[in-house]
Amino acid sequence: MAPGGKTIREDFAEILRLVRPGARVLDVGCEDGELLELLTREKRVDGQGLEISPAGVAACLAKGLAVVQGDGDRDLDHFPTRAFDYAILSKTLQQMREPRHVLSELLRIADQAIVSVPNFGHWRMRLSLMARGRMPETRALPDPWYATPNIHLCTLRDFTDLCRELDLRVDACAALSDGKAARQIVPDGLLENWRSETALFLLSRRAETPDAAAPQNLFGEVELPKPDGPAPKSRPRRKKR
Amino acid sequence: MDAGADATPEIEIGGGTWKSPASKPLRLDSGAKLEPLEIGYRTYGRLNETKTNAILVCHALTGDQHAASVNPVTGRPGWWDAVIGPGRPLDPQRYFIIVTNVIGGCMGSTGPASINPKTGQPYSLSFPVITIADMVRAQAMLIDALGIETLFAVVGGSMGGMQVLQWAADYPEKLFSAVCIAAAPRHSAQNIAFHEVGRQAIMADPDWRGGPYESQGVRPEKGLAVARMAAHITYLSEAALQRKFGRELQRDGLSWGFDADFQVESYLRHQGSSFVDRFDANSYLYITRALDYFDLAAAHGGVLAEAFRKARGVRFCVLSFSSDWLYPTAESRDIVRALNAAGCRASFAEIETDKGHDAFFLEEPVFHQALRGFFTSAAQARGL
Repeated sequence: MAPGGKTIREDFAEILRLVRPGARVLDVGCEDGELLELLTREKRVDGQGLEISPAGVAACLAKGLAVVQGDGDRDLDHFPTRAFDYAILSKTLQQMREPRHVLSELLRIADQAIVSVPNFGHWRMRLSLMARGRMPETRALPDPWYATPNIHLCTLRDFTDLCRELDLRVDACAALSDGKAARQIVPDGLLENWRSETALFLLSRRAETPDAAAPQNLFGEVELPKPDGPAPKSRPRRKKR
Repeated sequence: MDAGADATPEIEIGGGTWKSPASKPLRLDSGAKLEPLEIGYRTYGRLNETKTNAILVCHALTGDQHAASVNPVTGRPGWWDAVIGPGRPLDPQRYFIIVTNVIGGCMGSTGPASINPKTGQPYSLSFPVITIADMVRAQAMLIDALGIETLFAVVGGSMGGMQVLQWAADYPEKLFSAVCIAAAPRHSAQNIAFHEVGRQAIMADPDWRGGPYESQGVRPEKGLAVARMAAHITYLSEAALQRKFGRELQRDGLSWGFDADFQVESYLRHQGSSFVDRFDANSYLYITRALDYFDLAAAHGGVLAEAFRKARGVRFCVLSFSSDWLYPTAESRDIVRALNAAGCRASFAEIETDKGHDAFFLEEPVFHQALRGFFTSAAQARGL
């Protein structure tokens, strides 16, 4: 799949699965453009990246990707309303100065947002804090407190509360954990807040979709593409809104 | 430039002087007309059959059409040899690269030193005041005359970048992509202030003679040299000047006088005196004025994004240099935000360098990689 037989990051594999072919995609915090490149190749998306680090931007440009050097906290405001089909924010919301603003901006700019967040309510976090009395350092959040870029961590429940407050609908949610297949979950479930290490959300604006259906089963029934394996099977098109 | 030139393939070089037909004068923003219009230009490479591989390169304030070949006046290599050439980001083996001398210039395009057909004398100050949009309108006439409907790209740094923005505003349908380097959407108060120093230096030189110095057989060389010296400081960063010269002296010990004691003084004097050999003082007045008048947002109801409203189909790349204090990154960021707001497909990078504004002339690997990446993917999309 990925060039050089590289393993695809698990959240990238899921995002790849969610995105409609040919869609307009904004990847906020696109780093070296790995996901955009994947989406461009596999889904022929019209992609645009936003990245703060000069090295990341240079890498994207060298790959021929459209990328703007900028800051997700400040630069989203300059994008027009509904300019994209998807805005993607992969494991970076917790690094934003104003996650609430960023989240609402994502869903102003795009019809749907794909957001993944590490769950601070995961049992490893709780156990680590309880047993050691120190800020947890786990495989999902490995940095010590003084060096972590994560300044706004939340639990699954915190995140769904914020979505509710911003009047966002969860179209789908999957739990991701290292090495295991993605699992479709109901993010409000009590148990999920304990056992989901990272959660990936597909969100849309509730106000514009009155027939808010239950979260659709977008995960789980298709096997994760194995590293070096064939491309994932094309998915049935989502119901058009 | 390079000693191993024997390995580089022959590049077709063309161009010359284009004259507008009598029926087509250049209409200027000021309301005046320029006729006949002449444009000095150079081309590198060959136009493909479908005429889809043409790139227009726009030069900066004191540049000219000799971007990638030896300058006939100075005998020095082209000013963008680092970027244009076989294996370089703008490869004439792949693209047909057109470089024009701007109107108001002094390298073959109609400017204040050209003969005014009405008087038989050089225009001098009777040359109409021109704008960046006028320069671009003249380029568009040449592109039309060359039979090119759509440019694969328009590229330029500094004032060249402003022409790129003007192209996007005025002729978006003629562009496939646009690359704006180290530029700004308008001239700031500081930019205008530095230019005013330069103009005053020229006009204070007794040899300026109120404008028509050419017919009197003199040239305001001292004034033009001072103008260049002041401007040259703005093209370099403080760090670059410090690294290059520090407080190094020309000779052992101070002269206790006003000779060029410091190396930086001698360097600037050299910049000034070599400049007057290749540039016309009145051209300097007119082109700096065109820059000062440039304000793309003002021409579009005060909203920069409006300038790009029709350019949604154009692929943009905006690049700035971290140590450029003439047109700092914030200016490029304004351009990018306006492009985003207008719904244009845009890339933007701030290139880390301590070389200041002039970095766009130099070997800057990250800058060149960015250009290469952008052009390669645009060429793919264009089917080149």
